[in-house]
Amino acid sequence: MALDKATVAHIAALARIRLSEAELDPLADELSHILTWMEQLNEVDTLGIAPMASVAAAALPMREDEVTDGGRCEEILANAPRTARGFFVVPKVIE
Amino acid sequence: MSDPSLLTLTLAEARDGLARKSFSARELTAAYNDAVSEIEPLNAYITPTPERALAMADAADHRLAEGEALPLDGIPIAVKDLYCTKGVLTTAASHILDGFHPPYESTVTDKLWQSGAVMLGKANLDEFAMGSSNTTSWYGPVENPWRRPGDNRPLVPGGSSGGSAAAVAARAALAATGTDTGGSIRQPASFCGIVGLKPTYGRCSRWGVVAYASSLDHPGPLTRTVRDAAIMLRAMSGHDPKDSTSAPVPVPDFEAALTGDIRGLRIGIPKEYRVDAMPAEIEELWHRGVEWLRAAGGELVEISLPMTKYALPTYYIIAPAEASSNLARYDGVRFGLRVEGDTIDEMYELTRAAGFGAEVRRRVLIGTYVLSAGYYDAYYLKAQQVRTLIARDFVAAFERVDCLLAPTAPSAAFAIGEKTEDPIAMYLNDVFTVPANLAGVPAIAVPVGLSGDGLPLGLQIIGRAFDEETVLRVGEVLESAAQFRYLPSFVAGGGR
Repeated sequence: MALDKATVAHIAALARIRLSEAELDPLADELSHILTWMEQLNEVDTLGIAPMASVAAAALPMREDEVTDGGRCEEILANAPRTARGFFVVPKVIE
Repeated sequence: MSDPSLLTLTLAEARDGLARKSFSARELTAAYNDAVSEIEPLNAYITPTPERALAMADAADHRLAEGEALPLDGIPIAVKDLYCTKGVLTTAASHILDGFHPPYESTVTDKLWQSGAVMLGKANLDEFAMGSSNTTSWYGPVENPWRRPGDNRPLVPGGSSGGSAAAVAARAALAATGTDTGGSIRQPASFCGIVGLKPTYGRCSRWGVVAYASSLDHPGPLTRTVRDAAIMLRAMSGHDPKDSTSAPVPVPDFEAALTGDIRGLRIGIPKEYRVDAMPAEIEELWHRGVEWLRAAGGELVEISLPMTKYALPTYYIIAPAEASSNLARYDGVRFGLRVEGDTIDEMYELTRAAGFGAEVRRRVLIGTYVLSAGYYDAYYLKAQQVRTLIARDFVAAFERVDCLLAPTAPSAAFAIGEKTEDPIAMYLNDVFTVPANLAGVPAIAVPVGLSGDGLPLGLQIIGRAFDEETVLRVGEVLESAAQFRYLPSFVAGGGR
């Protein structure tokens, strides 16, 4: 699969990674090369084979829906770049 | 001035020496703190924690004096800087985690401290554990303590647990924690001439370990001997309700499994691991391994893992897909680096562009692509189906044999800067290690010989899920037969 510049720019936007115009072409080549290499999987007949998401036992353990932890506002905010009055601060989202 | 002769002991010997009171935990830790300073040129540690180490050693000495010694009391170890350590800088070797001091401790490190182990510091790694050479760290590459004789070029220690491996090999830690997503414990162990153990998926909790690819990440130990790996694994293992994939199974006394007796065990030689372009010296060493295990009473059988050649492309779809999802949390809002922007999206994009290195960006982009609408079935779903077939290969093999013997890596350590042009050439380092991650089965890498240019080479034993005991038992027999007694060109304390 050959990726073009526009596709790379689209994936980068989905991944929220800013790329400069100059980075797009080399990345398109690199990613195309990797994807082409991956396409050898098409040689494998997987008709009717169930996909494996994890080797761990399929059923997730259940527990009572009760509060087991909490009240750690200060600890949680301690690593944040910007906070105010017990909140994380981000650029304005709603006009 | 500390006593450098203490650095020559193995973990088991140090434990026994502490119990006999031949030396104190403080003396042992002081020697290791000096060793950590001495190997600074290797860049194996991002954050040494010498004062904390001495305080932990004093607490261990107190318990030893009271006759209340814990299993790892006074044993100084390095922690891969992917494990969250409460109040101690945790970086994942990424710029994007600048200044992150976790308010909690990972389950595995907590278990180690509860067992009395002493933290020497946080070990360098590839950024977010993505790499096979420890050259992608924001904090700079780690150097292998080994050099080719007569050649001064610095070599890579392997990756991603390169700092852990270099520290243990250079005698600047008695053992270290690592993580193995596609070979990141076993390949650096092989490159540095030490032992690396990837346990069964679910054996060691992933809680508090910075996630790369959640269905493939395996915490485990790097040590100088197989016995030391057994001791470390026992302390690191156990069910953890905070990790939903942690297995609710009992933890055996792994050290007791080291009986030296492998008579009658059936050991498989996977024929598909004889890949094209494998150096003759690795093929030859593998053959020697077969002879050693046969001489010890093992029954060697050729077996087939037909899907082997598809393991690498499968891995390099699934791991980036999971990484793109896991790394979505680094957005400049709650922790780490933030680059301001006029809008929230601009802040996200600028933060992630500045915070992630080239290899991390490449994998996040690949992962985003294979998960995106229109390509999900062709790449991601297909890879998950092939993964089912790879896991089935192992199940079928273990109906016929008790474990497998294979090379650990397709080469010895290479020079820093080699193999960085083509990402796929770098990915090929993982050809023998990745299948065990996809299948979740345990595997141990053991150093068994030197390459023609004087660098360590390893073999691995791969076993059934939750049968680390057989893996360790056979690994120790391999270790005793190989008698690997070589030392790197640079070790703390000046060698023997």
